[in-house]
Amino acid sequence: MTWWMIIRNSLRQHALSTAITALSIGLGGGLLMAIWVVNFQSQRAFKNVTGGFDAILGPRGSETQLVLNSLFHMDASPGLINRTDYEIFRKSYKRFYRNAVPIAVGDNFQGYRIVGTTHDLFAAEHSPGEPYALAVGDYFIRNDKQWNKEAVIGDTVARKLGWRVNQKFSPYHGLNFAEGQQPHKDEYIVVGILRPTGTPADHVIWIPIEGLQQMDGHDAQYAGDVSAVLVQLSTNTTARAFGMNSLDAIYNKGTDHLTFVKSTADVVARLFDRLGWAEKVLRWVALLVAVVAAGSVLASIYNTMNERRREFAILRALGAGRGTVFGVIVLESATIAALGAVIGFAVYAGIMFAAESILRNEIGVTLHPFEQHPVMAIVPVGLVVLGAVVGIIPALKAYRTDVAENLIPQS
Amino acid sequence: MTLLEISDLRKSFRTPEGKTQAVLEVPSFSLKTGQQRALRGASGTGKTTLLNCIAGILSPTSGIVRLDGHDLATASEPQRDALRARCIGYIFQTFNLLQGYTCMENVLLGMSFGRGPDTDAARGLLDRVGLSHRLHHRPGQLSVGQQQRVAVARALANQPLLVLADEPTGNLDPQSARAALQLIREVCEESSAALLIVSHDPMVLDQFDDCQDLAELNHAAQEVTA
Repeated sequence: MTWWMIIRNSLRQHALSTAITALSIGLGGGLLMAIWVVNFQSQRAFKNVTGGFDAILGPRGSETQLVLNSLFHMDASPGLINRTDYEIFRKSYKRFYRNAVPIAVGDNFQGYRIVGTTHDLFAAEHSPGEPYALAVGDYFIRNDKQWNKEAVIGDTVARKLGWRVNQKFSPYHGLNFAEGQQPHKDEYIVVGILRPTGTPADHVIWIPIEGLQQMDGHDAQYAGDVSAVLVQLSTNTTARAFGMNSLDAIYNKGTDHLTFVKSTADVVARLFDRLGWAEKVLRWVALLVAVVAAGSVLASIYNTMNERRREFAILRALGAGRGTVFGVIVLESATIAALGAVIGFAVYAGIMFAAESILRNEIGVTLHPFEQHPVMAIVPVGLVVLGAVVGIIPALKAYRTDVAENLIPQS
Repeated sequence: MTLLEISDLRKSFRTPEGKTQAVLEVPSFSLKTGQQRALRGASGTGKTTLLNCIAGILSPTSGIVRLDGHDLATASEPQRDALRARCIGYIFQTFNLLQGYTCMENVLLGMSFGRGPDTDAARGLLDRVGLSHRLHHRPGQLSVGQQQRVAVARALANQPLLVLADEPTGNLDPQSARAALQLIREVCEESSAALLIVSHDPMVLDQFDDCQDLAELNHAAQEVTA
């Protein structure tokens, strides 16, 4: 109680410097936690949204572009796989994979991508253990004999555009929406809305692949082409390795116009590795902010030592030992750091909600701000320990206070 | 019963020239339990040094300062701190109240290192010195006389055996000084605490039957003045 009374009074008397110091600690701590957690959760989310598709067949080009375009619905399409190549893959190499789902891209509605595909896509899992499910309506009709101009839309599309089942729309050409552009003449009707998946699929308008291939205004000679084929390899390790290596040999080494992405997970991991420098820089900046903030705790307490020498002398005259005075200063420093850690959680929450909103709206990846991560304990505890450690320097000064000398009022 | 016993007490300091200068040489001095005594001392006679040695704030160069059976001269610093907290109340000329703290907190701090904080007892003490309506005021919000009364309450917070008062009325006008002195004497009497007061104010000294000249007591002061 006594220690707390002394600390509380000191913090109150130096309220402004305490607040500024705690705020700077909070900024550093919050940044550090947010950078760590955003990096961890976004990596995990990106790895999880491969939708169970281990590999991709696409036109010759960058593997990263192929993965981003096919699974994350970002970036430009690297081109097309012609009908012949697609049919060969589908019929002749079936033994090398378990499942293959073609997709075609090239149109949008107000910036939301329209992706042509088959029912097989919805039979897959968008994240491990989580299959697609409809919130309302039904999947579009598409079988070997017929396909209708129907669409199934992702949750974000439904929310942002305010669409419901039976909404009609006409696609626009291209992956990006341009004001003043004329839409295609084809009119589609929304027949189903998917439940939120927390993946880029929430941003997509799904239609039967023939709809995109045969869209009014598209070149008829490409009607049978697809943009990419999403591939699920065997779950058996040996068969999987055999299929992967065989398709790698056939397409990457045996052709010059197709690319087979052997492992979508590896491509995502490589992408994060390439972006790793930015994350490292941010982490160092946050660490630097935290260290500078700890230095400001030291400076703010140390600067008050001269004016507090009389206070310490009086406390000593009342019977407080040197250890008590030392402990009070160390605890006061740790308390400022603890206040900073509390502010850090507010900073963390602010950054996380902003990042969550941006990632969800831009690419459909969902973060979980309240999900626990060890860094959320390590950083606050680390800050408090750091605060206590830097408090030792002014505490030593308080410890050495000469009682008799400082009881006399200084003019 | 003897509460305080001093023999051959010597305190010396090193001068800026590197020489050792004795400022206190007290061959013998004692105080009984509940006794009230005044020491007459002009500036430079070592009165604050004597009180600080008795309070254990300063460690004597040599000699014995025995308080309630404990020799402060040979005790370690933590032992002196504990003894001071438990047995001694100190009233300073400048009161030495903690400015950021309320009257209540100042008295509670006085208790904290001794018998432990007791809100009811602190309230009772402030009531006794006539400040029950100023419990949550800070020193800056009080008159000089009221600040002195808070200092008295704080000095008595641990039910000390000995109250040391260093020029306790030095900052007060004559009327307030008389009232303050009467209060100090009364509360010490009520709590059976011995009182050792040092002052150069004749008005204060005239109040005490038991009054001694510090210059006679302190041989070092005699040498300086000689």
